[in-house]
Amino acid sequence: MRRSKYDPRRPVASSERKTTSAMIASIAGDDVPTIAAPFGNALTKLAAERDDIVGMTADLSKYTDLHVFAKAYPARFYQMGMAEQVLMSAAAGMAREGFTPFVTTYAVFASRRAYDFICLAIAEEMLNVKIVCALPGLTTGYGPSHQATEDIAIFRGMPNLMIVDPADAIEIEQAVPQIAVHQGPVYMRLLRGKVPRVLDEYGYKFELGKAKMIVDGQDFLFVSSGLMTMRVLEATKELAKEGVSCGVLHVPTVKPLDTETIVRECTRLGRPVIVAENHSVIGGLGEAVATTLMREGANQNIFRQIALPDEFLDAGALPTLHDQYGLSTKAICGSIRSWLK
Amino acid sequence: MDSPHEQHRGSNISLPERAYRIRRNALRMGEVQGQGYIGQALGVADILAVSYFYALRYKPEDPEWEDRDRFCLSIGHYAIALYSALIEAGILPEFELETYGTDDSRLPMSGMVTYTPGMEITGGSLGHGLGICVGMCLGLKRKKSSSLVYNLMSDGELGEGSTWEAAMSAAHHGLDNLIAIVDFNNQQADGPSTQMLSSEPITDKFAAFGWFVQRVDGNDIDAVRDAFDQARSHKGKQPRVVICDTTMCKGVPFLETREITHFVRVEPDEWEKALKVLDEGRPQ
Repeated sequence: MRRSKYDPRRPVASSERKTTSAMIASIAGDDVPTIAAPFGNALTKLAAERDDIVGMTADLSKYTDLHVFAKAYPARFYQMGMAEQVLMSAAAGMAREGFTPFVTTYAVFASRRAYDFICLAIAEEMLNVKIVCALPGLTTGYGPSHQATEDIAIFRGMPNLMIVDPADAIEIEQAVPQIAVHQGPVYMRLLRGKVPRVLDEYGYKFELGKAKMIVDGQDFLFVSSGLMTMRVLEATKELAKEGVSCGVLHVPTVKPLDTETIVRECTRLGRPVIVAENHSVIGGLGEAVATTLMREGANQNIFRQIALPDEFLDAGALPTLHDQYGLSTKAICGSIRSWLK
Repeated sequence: MDSPHEQHRGSNISLPERAYRIRRNALRMGEVQGQGYIGQALGVADILAVSYFYALRYKPEDPEWEDRDRFCLSIGHYAIALYSALIEAGILPEFELETYGTDDSRLPMSGMVTYTPGMEITGGSLGHGLGICVGMCLGLKRKKSSSLVYNLMSDGELGEGSTWEAAMSAAHHGLDNLIAIVDFNNQQADGPSTQMLSSEPITDKFAAFGWFVQRVDGNDIDAVRDAFDQARSHKGKQPRVVICDTTMCKGVPFLETREITHFVRVEPDEWEKALKVLDEGRPQ
């Protein structure tokens, strides 16, 4: 029987009900300061110093902020059309000729459609291709065709590929020159458009390959990456009002993991560890951290995941979906309170 | 007709003799393993002879010379054929032929750039080569290089959708520095290519995609050489393809007639016989 998500008995949409917004819904709250197109601007700035950098996309420059680079350096921008397989193969060819391509598309297309090409044409040869993808995890309400809920699980299995999941605009700006310097392929999850700036408040500096404590706390330790670091920092402030003290260990480089820091912080103070990630519970940061702790003999009594369920998610308005699937600050606080009981 | 490249002029070794030696190297390598993609190697030997001893610009002592023409082997399992040519070209030493497919060899069964000098790309996952060549051609144009990129691919690869993404892309970007060579031997793992997923009419397809197309008998050295000349001298700002109809196991008649030729079974006593038959047909 055909699977249907539509229930005709559901009440008719009320005026309260939010509508699905544009493809890329803003993840910024109303009162959060933002920076426009941090990736595109950082790449453009870097390109002024490095002639080897070229930009390539599969008909998604506007939706990955690569259009900023394309406008500044039209001769160094390659529109490859809606053809992700040749996008990745051609990037490999460019890298073979000594260039450093920054390649953009959506995370679903890079991970699902172009996998074989990234794997063999790029990763197997350790070529300098930087794959930067919008719509990671649950950052659109368009449904499973556009929600890359398993991109990290897919890419973690690929040898040689570094995986970066930055939290905010500040981190994206700092990550771009560092991944460009790294010798080898990188997959970076991208937040685009008006991206919140959060981490400068904490004096944080991105270092490729390093996990860092952003705030310390006694009762829980959040281990997080990507936009979930933003969310757990907000949750930490909320929970502090209730006398709950949370630490936040931010792990922007998901592969290779900063094992030393993770083991140290997850064992220090005997705090319950809660991994929060904008990704399926399968194969992402949560399982990577759990495996690391087991392997190092540092497994905790209490380990929890705040992550997306192992299922194809609903379509709808992004804030509604973040509440529904537990990624919103409110939902995170709710999970913590229930675990405190 | 002389080769356009100085390096090939003055050689008193004919192209048919080169093709014979490439075939001989392939048979000797096949004997090391007792099996292999001999059919393909014997089939493309004439194309490789024209490529490495007439068309390509390279320095045997410096396989990564920046101004070389790039010869990409999209079909990784044809590595035995390319090794045979690289040995004949002096890029690989002949004694390594004995190591084909063995532990610690630089000559693995499937061609990989990380193993072998003179190997430009890792092929094998079919349908990759042409796309990589698109990027190489774009990169060479950025560098204002006059080097050409050759991609040796198979009829079977025309079944891969990625090949056609790359074909469209090459034409869109006006890649007149790209020469694709399709080895049309009409043989795939499960049977004749045209019965698996037919790519005919191939010439019309490539032409419709914006390519300069030629189709020749790939075992006729003069025809292949002329086609390469045409491909190089063509004035259109478009990629070029030479579709070469070849015969699997060419040069060893008792193998040519075997029904299954994708992965030829050759009995231990037959290798010597095959070499003998090949030697009998050696060009004078």
